[in-house]
Amino acid sequence: MAVTSPHQRLTTWLRFALAGGTALLMILPFVIMLSTSFKPQTFILEMPPELIPSEPTLNNYREAWTESSFASYFLNSLYVALSTTFIVLLLSSMMAYAFARFEFPGKKLAFVALLGGLMIPGIITIVPAFVLAKSLNLLDSLNGLTLFYAGGAVAFMTFLLRGFFEKVPIALDEAMTIDGAGAVRRFFHLYLPLSRPALATAAIFTFLGAWDEFVWALTVINDPEKRTLPVAIAALQGQRATEWGLVFAASAIAILPVIVVYVIAQRQFMAGATAGAVKD
Amino acid sequence: MATTTTPAVTPAAPPTRPSTRRGRRAALTPYAFLLPGFALFCLIVAYPLARSFQISLYDWAVVPTQASTFIGLDNYVRGIQDDQFWLSMANAGVYLAITVPGQVVIGLAVAVLLDAKMPGRGIFRVLFYVPVITSWVVVALVFKYLFNTDAGVVNWLLVEVFHVADANIAWLQSRWPGLMAVSVLGVWKGVGWAMVIFLAALTGVREDLKEAAALDGAGAWHRFVNVSLPAIRKTLLFVTVLLVIGGFNVFISVLLMTGGGPAGSTEVPLTYMYRQAFDFLDFGYSAALSFLLAIAIVAVSYTQFKLFDTDEDGGS
Repeated sequence: MAVTSPHQRLTTWLRFALAGGTALLMILPFVIMLSTSFKPQTFILEMPPELIPSEPTLNNYREAWTESSFASYFLNSLYVALSTTFIVLLLSSMMAYAFARFEFPGKKLAFVALLGGLMIPGIITIVPAFVLAKSLNLLDSLNGLTLFYAGGAVAFMTFLLRGFFEKVPIALDEAMTIDGAGAVRRFFHLYLPLSRPALATAAIFTFLGAWDEFVWALTVINDPEKRTLPVAIAALQGQRATEWGLVFAASAIAILPVIVVYVIAQRQFMAGATAGAVKD
Repeated sequence: MATTTTPAVTPAAPPTRPSTRRGRRAALTPYAFLLPGFALFCLIVAYPLARSFQISLYDWAVVPTQASTFIGLDNYVRGIQDDQFWLSMANAGVYLAITVPGQVVIGLAVAVLLDAKMPGRGIFRVLFYVPVITSWVVVALVFKYLFNTDAGVVNWLLVEVFHVADANIAWLQSRWPGLMAVSVLGVWKGVGWAMVIFLAALTGVREDLKEAAALDGAGAWHRFVNVSLPAIRKTLLFVTVLLVIGGFNVFISVLLMTGGGPAGSTEVPLTYMYRQAFDFLDFGYSAALSFLLAIAIVAVSYTQFKLFDTDEDGGS
């Protein structure tokens, strides 16, 4: 394989051009979004569209961050996503531990129940969930969002983590038990540290799910001060239909943390995406 | 949070306790780990699901002081006879017919491209996946802007650059163009996900089989059809089933791009269900519609498995 023929080199370059062209097409909408966010309002609906703004401005970002209160929406989203991630990681890893390393009456039933819950898209229960949230006094509450996001995510993350916990060598578990370590100690000092990559994947996906969630937040949040980023962005577009520069500046603020985390933790993203997918 | 407290948990017991108590405590340990999360799951997922079925049997009164009337399966009968509901199902069918083959074919093509060694492979994979991780709200608004009638980039390309259209198309103001725009967004957003799954599966295809086929004189296309494709058949089925389920659940893009309009012509099942619940406050009917949709999804998924997963031993 040391020498590549001209023919091989040509096909490699063809593939490269094809893949590169398609990849550019994939990110073009984002480029247009960013470019629009740096344009003054008067230039936005002008034709032909400019990919690089001739008079770039940061005004849209300034206005989104201060006047349109995206600084506080950002904090709302951050609070909800972080608290959801913490609760889901704790509760799912505990459940995963019980399923992976214990035999107990009712185990199968509980497992099947979780599995069933996984297959139900959350939106099917939106009406009774709304009734429930109302009776628990959790409408218009960020903690209410956290509780419902966490409840919706525990089943999947339990499955993800259970697979990892099962791979922890049983000999290590037994060695710790002989040394007098109880179940709680083994959980915190053996299973959690050894499953760090899986915990990272679970954390990223839980965070992302809560950060991007729209429909439930739209349904239960009425108080403009309690809005999360997706709800605030949609509301901004609804009120000021043609101010696309402002809408996209707000959008860029919302997706920036996601892109940063994605670039840093690509491997965890791919691990989560393919979890349970490739079985043959 | 109230759900995290469990009566069964006590801190580590001193070793002097009687052995029967220790045995009982050991038997309770798994429940202590299971209970907080399971209780939360029951409260947020299982209970509302059961409640949803109950609500669907009532003419549900949203105001707590009024009584709800039990009407049996009337809401379901109404759903089956509701033309607007069937229109929304047909629209979901159109969306599926475009987005599922679109994502499978393009995703697979890109995966095959990126499966071979080439410069920039990692960066391409990253770029393809960016739409997948971006919020539906943001991408729906970006596409709403791109498909804008008078100042959208799509119309500018079609009319001014490629001259394939004489006048600007009102994409989001009528049924077919609206469904088309929403579907283009669906394909664009999902293609990266399909690509990543296919790529993982293709990596598992045995190199020696491909080489043996190459030695037999099989070209790249024949190697793909006869070696790679059969090897990833299960993955193909898995991806298709999940994309179909996802397609039935199309919601945010329609809500933000066309709002289901004009006059409900681009409504999909979830926008219709949502409108029944939170615009018309008809909770019972909305719950019944959600079950009808769930039944349709289960039936279609089951059929797919029956049709494509039969030849376990032998066959193509």
